[in-house]
Amino acid sequence: MHLAYPAVLSALLFCTGLYGVLARRNAILVLMSVELMLNAVNLNLVAFDVWLSRTAEETLHSGQALTLFTIAIAAAEIGIGLAIVLAVYRNRGTSDIDKLRDTVEGHEPDGDASDSDASATRATAEKAEATA
Amino acid sequence: MTTTTLAVLVPLLPFLGALTGLLLGRTAPGFVRPLAVLPTLASLVLAAVVAARQGGDAAVDAATELTPTGSVPIELALHIDGFAALTAVLVGAVATCVQIYSTGYLRDDPRYPSYAALVSLFTSAMLLVVYSGDLMVLLVGWEIMGICSYFLVGHYWETPEARAASLKAFLVTKLGDVPFLIGLFALATDAGSFRITRILGAVANGGIEHPTLIALLLLAGVAGKSAQFPLHTWLPDAMAGPTPVSALIHAATMVAAGVYFIARLLPLFEASQAAMVVLAVMAAVTMTGSALAALAQDDIKRVLAYSTIGQLGYMTGALAVADRGAAVFHLLSHGAFKALLFLAAGVIIHAAGTNSLAAMSRMSNLRGRVPDAYWTMTVALLALAAIPPFSGFFSKEAVLGVAEHVVTGHTAHAPAAAGWIVLLAGLLTALLTAAYAMRLWLLAFHGHGTEAPDHGRQPLTMTVVLWVLAVPSLALGGFAFRALPGWFDGHDLTPTLTTSVLGTGVALVGGIVTYGAWRHTTAHAARIPLGAVAAHPEGDAGQVEAEAIASHEPAYGDIAYAPDPSDPGRLLLGPLHRHAAAGFHLDAVYSALFVRPVRAGASLVRFLDREVVETYVRGAGTLPRWLGAAVRRAQTGNLQTYVSALLAGTVVLAVAAVLVATGA
Amino acid sequence: MTPAAAAGTAAHATTTAAAEAQGFLSPTGVEIAFLLVGLVTFGAALITVTTRQLVHAALWLVVALGGLAVEYLLLTAEFIAWVQVLIYVGSVVVLLLFGLMLTRAPIGRSPDADSGNRWVALTVAVAAAAALVWVVVDAFRTTWIDLDGAPAGSTEVTGASLFQHWVLPFEALSVLLLAALVGAIVLSRKAKAATSAAAPSAPGGTDTRRDTEGAR
Repeated sequence: MHLAYPAVLSALLFCTGLYGVLARRNAILVLMSVELMLNAVNLNLVAFDVWLSRTAEETLHSGQALTLFTIAIAAAEIGIGLAIVLAVYRNRGTSDIDKLRDTVEGHEPDGDASDSDASATRATAEKAEATA
Repeated sequence: MTTTTLAVLVPLLPFLGALTGLLLGRTAPGFVRPLAVLPTLASLVLAAVVAARQGGDAAVDAATELTPTGSVPIELALHIDGFAALTAVLVGAVATCVQIYSTGYLRDDPRYPSYAALVSLFTSAMLLVVYSGDLMVLLVGWEIMGICSYFLVGHYWETPEARAASLKAFLVTKLGDVPFLIGLFALATDAGSFRITRILGAVANGGIEHPTLIALLLLAGVAGKSAQFPLHTWLPDAMAGPTPVSALIHAATMVAAGVYFIARLLPLFEASQAAMVVLAVMAAVTMTGSALAALAQDDIKRVLAYSTIGQLGYMTGALAVADRGAAVFHLLSHGAFKALLFLAAGVIIHAAGTNSLAAMSRMSNLRGRVPDAYWTMTVALLALAAIPPFSGFFSKEAVLGVAEHVVTGHTAHAPAAAGWIVLLAGLLTALLTAAYAMRLWLLAFHGHGTEAPDHGRQPLTMTVVLWVLAVPSLALGGFAFRALPGWFDGHDLTPTLTTSVLGTGVALVGGIVTYGAWRHTTAHAARIPLGAVAAHPEGDAGQVEAEAIASHEPAYGDIAYAPDPSDPGRLLLGPLHRHAAAGFHLDAVYSALFVRPVRAGASLVRFLDREVVETYVRGAGTLPRWLGAAVRRAQTGNLQTYVSALLAGTVVLAVAAVLVATGA
Repeated sequence: MTPAAAAGTAAHATTTAAAEAQGFLSPTGVEIAFLLVGLVTFGAALITVTTRQLVHAALWLVVALGGLAVEYLLLTAEFIAWVQVLIYVGSVVVLLLFGLMLTRAPIGRSPDADSGNRWVALTVAVAAAAALVWVVVDAFRTTWIDLDGAPAGSTEVTGASLFQHWVLPFEALSVLLLAALVGAIVLSRKAKAATSAAAPSAPGGTDTRRDTEGAR
């Protein structure tokens, strides 16, 4: 098999994931896109490992080992990422990335207002959660 | 101790007193008065001992070079001849009197510690000038006096007059000091030394190449310090300071320094005929102009200030006819009676609650309130008017006699023109001096009207000092004119018959004419009420004086002038009175010539800075500000935007790297 | 747009890179299978990042990840393939669905699934894809993988290499996972006032732990 096939597929998947990271509004969808990018890298690693193990008689299988590591790290990352998203959601009442703009330039006076808004929504959210 | 050690201690003791006074003034107020009086008194005693040991013999010279200072060495040098020894005694005596008087005068002043320390420093600087044998060291004392006068004249800095006067005193004297410094450098370059003895040696050998230039440059500094025309305008305004400071400045220290400086370097000035004529013209203009102005002043202290300028004119006149003996003789006697005049004026101001002669002429029995001031001031005014046998007569006759000596053909040292100028101006001024002395005496002590306010008994420290100073005012001249030539250059100081008769005659004429005018005008006095009186029976004299100075302008419309038709000066001067009261508008001339162009230039510079320079600066700032605004717009707070920009940059860089690597 | 452009570029690149020993015009069966599955995977990924229904995005992600597992199989890396199915399809997607539910993601079409950054993102992604595909094709158009013989990624081979050469990193990774576990718990706990409500998110962390452990 031509190495170009998996390599090109990997590149396309990576860029798809890239688009998702840049364009999606919901934080969980962004995490999904990150998974896509990681998988694109994994595909690259596997393909090159297979190629090298045949042509260069390489027995270390570093590509496959790294793939396994990447999968494990991706799992950890998704766990942590979701925990962060949940914490943000609880605090802010939203998981939309483009609403998390506390670092915007000229953010002094409306910061308090939005904070109080957020705490109000958080209070209602918690109440809803408790009743549910 | 050797004479040198004693002489070193003379300026050093008040200096140390000033230092400790400044350090301990707040922490140990009990020590302030002893620290002010005792070092000055000690230096007076030491100066007297030095004078006794020197005794008018060969000058005591001592020098030590602390460190090499380039091409022209600067040495800590003493040069004590008869002039220095006697002037130092005068300085010490007046300073001691002023210090003692101040303890009473500024009894309750919260700033007394710093005041006393500055007076001590002032005294120390003057003594340094007197004893110094090195012109650079002399300049140090000279400049310390300038800064001390600034602080002391501005002692009542709460009043705007005092602030303006202190600044004016400082700036005007500095205006003279700049050419003075240049003159010193030129002199040292020509002579190769700052030592007075070597410079005089170089003058004797004809080693000075530009005597006229140097003499005129030095003359500018002297005019500033000794308040000679045209740099005299600071002195009348300096009356905004406390009276003891005026006494100190006028009698012994600051203004005397200029005359003393010329006396020391007189051979240098003699080397230039032009300088001598300039000096004579300066003296003549100064003495007649100031005498006319004194006749029109309303403030008692300003009368005395103008009289000081006039008497200094006599001294410079004596120097212009190349007799420093007569000049320093007049310096000594004038120091005594002028200190007395000022200190007595301080008592009168305290008792009357005003510094205005017009207001005093509407008070009766002022002399009954302050008998000490009345009698001592009468003595001092007689001395000022040069009535025999008071000391002023002998010293003034010495000056006139020398001028006559030159006029009659003894022109070895001075040009005959200088002699004529000094003689005629001196006689005219003698007339005017007697007139304004008479006017002052009549207006202050022979007023009619309401009873003078009661300020209680004057402090003993103030009245005793007056009597102490009355003794030399009365007797110094008569006893000294025979002894002094031995101390000085040996010129005879005995009054000559012609000038004595002439001088005393015109003085009597001036006095009698003024008396007549006063008799004529005083009838009006009761009809026109005038005056403002600051009454503080509890307050010390300094407080009364500060209020009197501050209220003079609001009460009378001018700091120097009062619209008083009963003033004999108004009758005598006629249309000239208005101009004389304003000091012949010299301040207005200066304002037109210097102040306004400088202000216009400053506003031009300000305009250029604001409108032109700053436009460029603002323009330079605009581009970065726009860039900053653009960059700030990019700070949306949206992470995705940031990552997009980051990745776009990465892509561009990667493509560029690939293109470079493949050589495309 | 994105798929069309990217595919066009890719097709152009592949056609120009033909005429070698094993030409692109005469594909083997494995290649055809790879290409087809790859197209499905790519399409599913595209739908994942563009769909307006959030839950559908997660489901399409399952398709894309499953397709990748098939690709691994075609590349003879069977162990990786099964791990992929287990972890990604089995746990990660489940976690993501949990997250969607916990954050009350709307069911059905949400009109604002994409942010205003879309066009910039599209430009960057297309540019990156063009650059990557160009470079990759330019570099590897003649490279051939020989897939005959013993599989390169059987469980035996992978296990041998993992526990002979990669033991230390493997153990270090377990520490990392522990840290992630603790971190996830700490992060997902609510503030002290609402400790009782911390229950729903806690299983997420333990799930991760269990799944990753299971993956080994």
